[in-house]
Amino acid sequence: MALLKNPKILVASDLRLGEALFLGPEGWTPDCLAATVAHDDVEAAALEARGKSDVAANRVVDVYLTEVEIGPDGSPVPLHYREKMRIRGPSVRPDLGKQAWLGQSGDVK
Amino acid sequence: MTAHDPNQARRPNSPTTTYLYDNYDAAFVRERVSEFREQVRRRLAGATTEDEFRPFRLMNGLYLQLHAYMLRVAIPYGVLTARQMRRLAEIADKWDKGYGHFTTRQNLQFNWPKLADVPDILEALADVEMHAIQTSGNCIRNVTADHFAGVAADEHEDPRPTAEFLRQWSSLHPEFSFLPRKFKIAVSGADEDRAAIKVHDIGLRIVRGPDSEPGYQVVAGGGLGRSPFVGKLVREFLPREDLLAYLEAILRVYNRFGRRDNKYKARIKILVHETGLDQIKAEIESEFAAMDRSPFAHDAEEFARIASYFAPPPYETLPAHSATLEAAKKENRAFAAFAEVNISPHKVDGYAIVTVSLKPIGGIPGDATSAQMRALAEASEKFGFGELRVSHEQNIILPHVKKDDLHALWKMLEPAGLATANAGLLTDIISCPGLDYCSLATARSIPIAQAISRRFQDPERQRLIGKLGIKISGCINACGHHHVGAIGILGLEKKGRESYQITLGGDPSLSASIGELLGPGVSADQVADVIEHIVDFYLSERRGDERFIDTWRRLGHARFKDAVRREGEYGADI
Amino acid sequence: MALISEGRFIEDEWRHLAEEEDLPKSGKLIVSQKRLGEAVASRPLDRALGVIVANTANPAELAPYFARLSLIAVAFPAFADGRGFSLARLLRRAGFGGELRASGRIVADQAIHARQCGFDTIEIPHDLAMRQNEAQWAKALAAYSGTYQEGYGTRGSILERRRKAGS
Ligand code: SF4
Repeated sequence: MALLKNPKILVASDLRLGEALFLGPEGWTPDCLAATVAHDDVEAAALEARGKSDVAANRVVDVYLTEVEIGPDGSPVPLHYREKMRIRGPSVRPDLGKQAWLGQSGDVK
Repeated sequence: MTAHDPNQARRPNSPTTTYLYDNYDAAFVRERVSEFREQVRRRLAGATTEDEFRPFRLMNGLYLQLHAYMLRVAIPYGVLTARQMRRLAEIADKWDKGYGHFTTRQNLQFNWPKLADVPDILEALADVEMHAIQTSGNCIRNVTADHFAGVAADEHEDPRPTAEFLRQWSSLHPEFSFLPRKFKIAVSGADEDRAAIKVHDIGLRIVRGPDSEPGYQVVAGGGLGRSPFVGKLVREFLPREDLLAYLEAILRVYNRFGRRDNKYKARIKILVHETGLDQIKAEIESEFAAMDRSPFAHDAEEFARIASYFAPPPYETLPAHSATLEAAKKENRAFAAFAEVNISPHKVDGYAIVTVSLKPIGGIPGDATSAQMRALAEASEKFGFGELRVSHEQNIILPHVKKDDLHALWKMLEPAGLATANAGLLTDIISCPGLDYCSLATARSIPIAQAISRRFQDPERQRLIGKLGIKISGCINACGHHHVGAIGILGLEKKGRESYQITLGGDPSLSASIGELLGPGVSADQVADVIEHIVDFYLSERRGDERFIDTWRRLGHARFKDAVRREGEYGADI
Repeated sequence: MALISEGRFIEDEWRHLAEEEDLPKSGKLIVSQKRLGEAVASRPLDRALGVIVANTANPAELAPYFARLSLIAVAFPAFADGRGFSLARLLRRAGFGGELRASGRIVADQAIHARQCGFDTIEIPHDLAMRQNEAQWAKALAAYSGTYQEGYGTRGSILERRRKAGS
């Protein structure tokens, strides 16, 4: 077991809806804050294995791990601006996407 | 068979002047929808894996993007009837989020459809003779044409029959649906090339042969993306009856010998480049000579059948000059500005071509709400024979409006937010969706367009600067055609941040050239400043009404580079 | 491997000869292009012979063997690699009249492409045949009442029918 440089979460797209999903303890969730965080390579591999089986089960597609940082409230926030975009929605349409119902917004830097 | 839809002919302004499906076309598109419905069913049932499904969903225009699926609908050769535009609005409301995005390739993209709804959406499109066939995938993509086709004053021949002829030929091609990479064809039939034929895999320019018989000048191997190339002349004159046979020869050579080991080297431009022009021409010609030509024996007949649909609408006989128009211009300055900038000459006296800009100041280039789509449909029915066009500049065209009606049209467009007087000017910015939607993007492009648009919003300043194309892509795939923008902007990732490379001197027309890099790249909030420096330098140096591209060509790239480095506050980054 | 013809799963009478295997005297055999010369030389004329070729094969090199070959199988290294479709066209054009077989991970959605380009049969791996059953292949093959291109397939194209209806 080796600690990861940055913790990771597992991201995918819902096969039916196309929406960005995150793997949480109870399964896939559209809410990044509810994602399970892997801190070491064993946990990361476990996430990936669950992801792979859900790809095979035709639940999700395009699965990958992405690095996060843990916010003050303990919830994960992606490090890369691309994934920051995915947890919110188009920055030019704050009325659409997850940001519309999660009440999240703000500049993606 | 006539070109006029009997259901529509009763209304005075609405006979359509474009191709109408016969029973075979209608059945084909319906069958395509059923096939896709079955493909979706099999995918959801696990009979196909995602890897197996992907090429087929792409060939029906369906992408998976950052937030949702995206459906790209073809608008063949850019022609839309009012009825079709209304249907797009209905789809936006019923299955999407009330808007659509017009792209640089005469397509419309819906950004939020659900996979299971897509067959129904395609069905709704088929009702109005539309589809999403081959708007993506490694196949022959939807054929594009001059958006002023049939009306431009400088046109020799309407390119739409050729484009429709090719649309049918390329649909579900048994041999060429699994090419090394995508394959784009554009057609132009006028002096000015508004279809950017030199940056397509194949560009066709309609010309006359030695005995004034119709045919084509064929350019191949152009394209943008990671390694941009201006297309090369492969046939000075191709008689019309040989068009399909010759294209088949090109495609067969490409299908067999195009590279498949590296997707960035798989376009025909790389094959042409690596093989050498003479060699590739020889291979095409030898394949062409070896082919059995009997299947093409009836091409001329079929072409004539298709061409008969593209009849001109019943124009009135009018004087070239419109007193009504001149009076309205005097009376209303905002309208005068619109009439000055967004109107192009029509080949028929008393008529004008109107460009409706989808680039409001600070808006999202190419986006239109369902309400705007309806307003455009209505405007076209009232003032333009119910016909609309989509340009690769992401604007909408009303191709035949009486000059006498222009003011009334403007009054209708204005409240719908469709009267921005900037067609061809600096704020008429071409932009791909970039990282706000696109899963391949390396940076956002829309916010950059918005910032530049706001910076240059003063209409006086824009008119002073004159025609200047800014084109923005959110990654090296170059959907925003940044390589051929007089000013091109490419969004990349640099050290975990969005970074923008600026190029100057691109030109998509017959004098095509690929823009040259200004420097390493600047951050998002510096782009508008840098553009402003470039534009100011141009204004100080230009002679008379010299276009940006001409000043750049005269002075040379180095002068611009120096000027920006010297004058730019942010010169350190350039 | 499963064999499909006209949208139906059928018995395969042919056997692929493994590279290290000696040439047997009997049976319908498919050999690699490398061993084609050897097979033609040593096999009695009344024993059926087939060859499997890469999708990059040169039809001119195969043409001298056409008279001796009852089957040519074209390998599809990946279903999205469409070179095999052009090769099929070229083999037909060069005059090959025997069984033309597409061999690889072809998916049911390509049934029409394969037929129109001149393939008679499609040979797919077992795991694929398990997911994509006969019903799916049959349905995919019947998806269109007509296609546009002339000179592909044996059925009349849309253009041809249009002409007949018009005249
Ligand atoms: S240029 Fe890149 S970011 Fe823009 S739409 Fe094309 S693929 Fe997406």
